[in-house]
Amino acid sequence: MSDQVVTAHNGFERLLGRLGRKALGAVSWLGDMASVTGSSLALIFAPPWQGRHFVLQLYALGVGSFVIIAITGAFTGMVLSLQGYYTLAKFGSESLLGSAVALSIIRELGPVLGALMLVGRAGSSITAEIGIMRVTEQLDALQMMAVNPQARIILPRIVATTIALPLLVSMFDIIGLAAGYVVGVELLGVNAGAFTGEMIAKVLPEDLYAGWTKALAFGALVGSVCTYIGYRAVPTTEGVARATTQAVVIGSVGILMLDYVLTSFFL
Amino acid sequence: MIRTEKLTRRFGDALALDSTDVHIREHATTVIMGGSGSGKTTLLRLLAALDTPTSGSVWFDGDDIAHVNRKRLYELRSRMGMVFQYSALLNSLNVYDNVAFPLHEHTELDESVIRTIVSMKLEQVGLRGFEHLMPSELSGGMAKRVAFARALAMDPEIVFFDEPTSGLDPISAGVVTKLIRDLTQKTRMTSVVVTHDVHAGLSIADHVVLLWQGRIIAEGAPDDIRQSTDERVCQFIEGRPDGPIPFSSSKTRYIDDLLGGAVERSG
Repeated sequence: MSDQVVTAHNGFERLLGRLGRKALGAVSWLGDMASVTGSSLALIFAPPWQGRHFVLQLYALGVGSFVIIAITGAFTGMVLSLQGYYTLAKFGSESLLGSAVALSIIRELGPVLGALMLVGRAGSSITAEIGIMRVTEQLDALQMMAVNPQARIILPRIVATTIALPLLVSMFDIIGLAAGYVVGVELLGVNAGAFTGEMIAKVLPEDLYAGWTKALAFGALVGSVCTYIGYRAVPTTEGVARATTQAVVIGSVGILMLDYVLTSFFL
Repeated sequence: MIRTEKLTRRFGDALALDSTDVHIREHATTVIMGGSGSGKTTLLRLLAALDTPTSGSVWFDGDDIAHVNRKRLYELRSRMGMVFQYSALLNSLNVYDNVAFPLHEHTELDESVIRTIVSMKLEQVGLRGFEHLMPSELSGGMAKRVAFARALAMDPEIVFFDEPTSGLDPISAGVVTKLIRDLTQKTRMTSVVVTHDVHAGLSIADHVVLLWQGRIIAEGAPDDIRQSTDERVCQFIEGRPDGPIPFSSSKTRYIDDLLGGAVERSG
């Protein structure tokens, strides 16, 4: 075998090895996350009841994210209405604008954009907070006081994001539809009766369930990913910074991947 | 009270603790000393079951705490307290809530009783009247004393101190050292202190364990350590840069690195 062939062969082997190690690392990471999240969720039935901490987290994450969700919802509805009108007008179907905006927001954009906002606004702060608790030995201090950090820190945050996101997405939907109505009816001159009538006629209960189911799943995903990455953060300043970025990136990509799976399931 | 058997801890290829047998005596202060990287904090974390040994056992009143289940571990931890190197106060709670935290978690006591206990503990560390301050408003010495009050809240049988005087000015360090000595004598609790502060360590110790490269190189009463003829012990106690404990931790000779680099460049 010539030297060139041997070099190419070795290079290919190294590439395969690197890919294999990456794949193994990803599987191991997912397994560890499932283990930490699963064992944390299992503590929901174990005393002491963490009700007060759920409520506190629900308030902090839910109310704290409301403004950004409202702004995103409003502008999404406005843009959809503008774009939808531009496209539908080419076919003389402006009257369908209401249903087009409503179905897009309720089935797709509300849950996805709401979840992306949640991971950016609340998820990053969850990761940073838990990571800093790791750096400053607060998690160890809880352990020494016989308080399980998984029950006290991780569980309430996963439950809070899972409950908060469907509520936030509902607000996103309402504000988005209202903003779409204002742009479509008040600015572009679509008939108000046609806009609302089409919307009511075409949006079915299944569409609402699909949107809420997605929101529940995305909420659980955001909570699980962001708490896990914070919990396993390397206990240094750089480690927490990296963990926070990683949580937003993995959370966002995870939302889009899960969205595809759920959308294909609900269609 | 606590006894370790062939306790070993590896981090990858690095051997942090090598087959160490330590006996922590009841109602006495054991001071674990050694330079940076000698394995003393690793030993402390293993004694407190905050870390799992690679091999060996940590016996605490008949239980191998390295291998008990979580329920039993938390039962044993209710008899322990710990003061962390950076205090590890819970950032979101004020001084009162930090000290009251273990009482709120593990007792059904009325709030008025908890208030009295917290006041007593803060009086012991000289900080009564500072209940309303947040951890960010405390100096390093005050934070250590609050952490001390929190560790004492449940009247533990044994308290672990990780570098109690590091990062403190001489007066604050003296106050913390005096507190450890006085409270250990008054309450007859067992203390384990990890420090590289020779003066403070020898002044409060009933028993000293001196570590180097993960192994015990000397142990005994403070006077035995002071009078030791072991060159490594003398070098550590006197703080001499030259001696059997090398200044440089490099595994290769600097001259070889320099010449090697020159050869590579010229080649």
